[in-house]
Amino acid sequence: MMTMDMNQPPQDVIRLEKISVRYRLPGEQIHTFKEYVIRLVQKQIQFKDFQALKEVNLQIRKGEIFGIIGNNGAGKSTLLKVISRVLVPTQGRVWIKGKVSPLLELGAGFHPELTGRENVFLNGTILGHSHREIEEHMHEIIEFSELGSFIDASLRTYSSGMYARLGFAVATTWEPDILILDEVLSVGDEAFQRKCQMRMKGFRNGNATSILVSHSMEAVRSLCERAAWLDHGTIRAVGPADEVIAKYRQAQAGA
Amino acid sequence: MCVNIMKISEGPIYDSARRGPVALEEFRGIFQYRDLIYQLVRKDIVSRYKRSVLGIAWTLLQPLAMMLILLLVFSTLFQAIKGYPAYILSGLIAWTFFAQTTSAIINQIVWGGALLKQIYVPRTSFGVSAIGTGLVNLALSLIPMFLIMLLADVPFRWGLLFLPVAILFLAAFALGVGLIISTMAVHFPDVAEMYSIVLMAWMYLTPIVYPENIIPETYRFWFFNINPMYHIIKIFRMPILDGMLPDAMTLIAAGAVSSLTLILGWLFFSKRADTFAYYL
Repeated sequence: MMTMDMNQPPQDVIRLEKISVRYRLPGEQIHTFKEYVIRLVQKQIQFKDFQALKEVNLQIRKGEIFGIIGNNGAGKSTLLKVISRVLVPTQGRVWIKGKVSPLLELGAGFHPELTGRENVFLNGTILGHSHREIEEHMHEIIEFSELGSFIDASLRTYSSGMYARLGFAVATTWEPDILILDEVLSVGDEAFQRKCQMRMKGFRNGNATSILVSHSMEAVRSLCERAAWLDHGTIRAVGPADEVIAKYRQAQAGA
Repeated sequence: MCVNIMKISEGPIYDSARRGPVALEEFRGIFQYRDLIYQLVRKDIVSRYKRSVLGIAWTLLQPLAMMLILLLVFSTLFQAIKGYPAYILSGLIAWTFFAQTTSAIINQIVWGGALLKQIYVPRTSFGVSAIGTGLVNLALSLIPMFLIMLLADVPFRWGLLFLPVAILFLAAFALGVGLIISTMAVHFPDVAEMYSIVLMAWMYLTPIVYPENIIPETYRFWFFNINPMYHIIKIFRMPILDGMLPDAMTLIAAGAVSSLTLILGWLFFSKRADTFAYYL
């Protein structure tokens, strides 16, 4: 196990400077090309701007498990997309050191007709690993996912729990530089959830940084040192998880 | 609990303020993610045939069946062409590659849409992998092609060795067109529907089942020169049927059109790629 050098000041792995994300929603949904051209000619396209994030500044340090809390539609998922480089912000600067591995949603990056083993290769290469690296860790992945001989069965025969176990196993077999977990720790049975949490805590002692989005305050409190509270696209509070959760709860009670 | 610590490396640094051109980033990405492209091609081929009894044999049977149908319909009309079955099949193989890959790129981007919203991968990898799948199918359909050549008394000549160059042009052109169409389809789903109609018209405007000389002399120049697929199919077909290379003009025209289309498509796609996640 790696131990962090306590004498060194914590290093940032993510720096967000004045990040704004504006979705441009047409006033009415325009779906056909014809409609678009007609309206363009008539100059009738009205865009409603939806500001998903407003000038967000955030630093996340190496090795921490960072929680993000907030109500639905507060911009949590958008923030994660900016960090995973999926969404290029309308404004602001993103600085990221290391490779970001999001834990993919159920089904994304998997193909139901392929076997579990074939899907491990597909999913693993999507995460940016080479064929060779995946081969080397295949045994470990199968073991962690507890799939046994099901690994060579078609994915369409899997239960959703099996899906999730396989996905988590692939995503976390390599210690990622930055692991992104969007409301995913609610899958699988309790034993498996404990196993996932163990693995995440193991990462904390190493080099990996994890970002956890959750509605479960318990999960955030028990796993994260620091957290941020997002509200309508802005950060309302950032700091030790306990304090941020307390502020969030206070505001919820007040509202 | 044992956690493998694979790399203590610092990892790459991404800084949105110091970003090179996206087109170049995509190009480098294709190389870095080459194993992903292999897996995507594999997924397409394996999943397509997994549940069918004849499996991959369908790739051989489909062009053959299509050729037979066209042969039955048109043979009395175009009897004069020597080795007519080989004429149809060679044109059909090239056209099928073009039609299938360009449509597949659109579907790939849509399949990849769920992914593109969650994780960064080079966005062109879906297009490149569609071409890869098409190339595998093309290589397989050359087997019935050679069989028909034997049956239709078309001799095998050295000119056949030029075929890979023709395939390269074809693939470059298809990738370019596919990237442009799929970029448009991300913004307007109707484009996909429109494109299938365009494809149908385009096929009949290209001499695939009929010989070139049925087009009246006066129109021929314009008719063929505004259609890039005419030149590309010609340089695909000539080594097979006549065992020789097309003239320099045709070669230059086809090479220029396909490389320009690819560059244009790549730039256009890359320019819009950052916004895909907003639309998909």
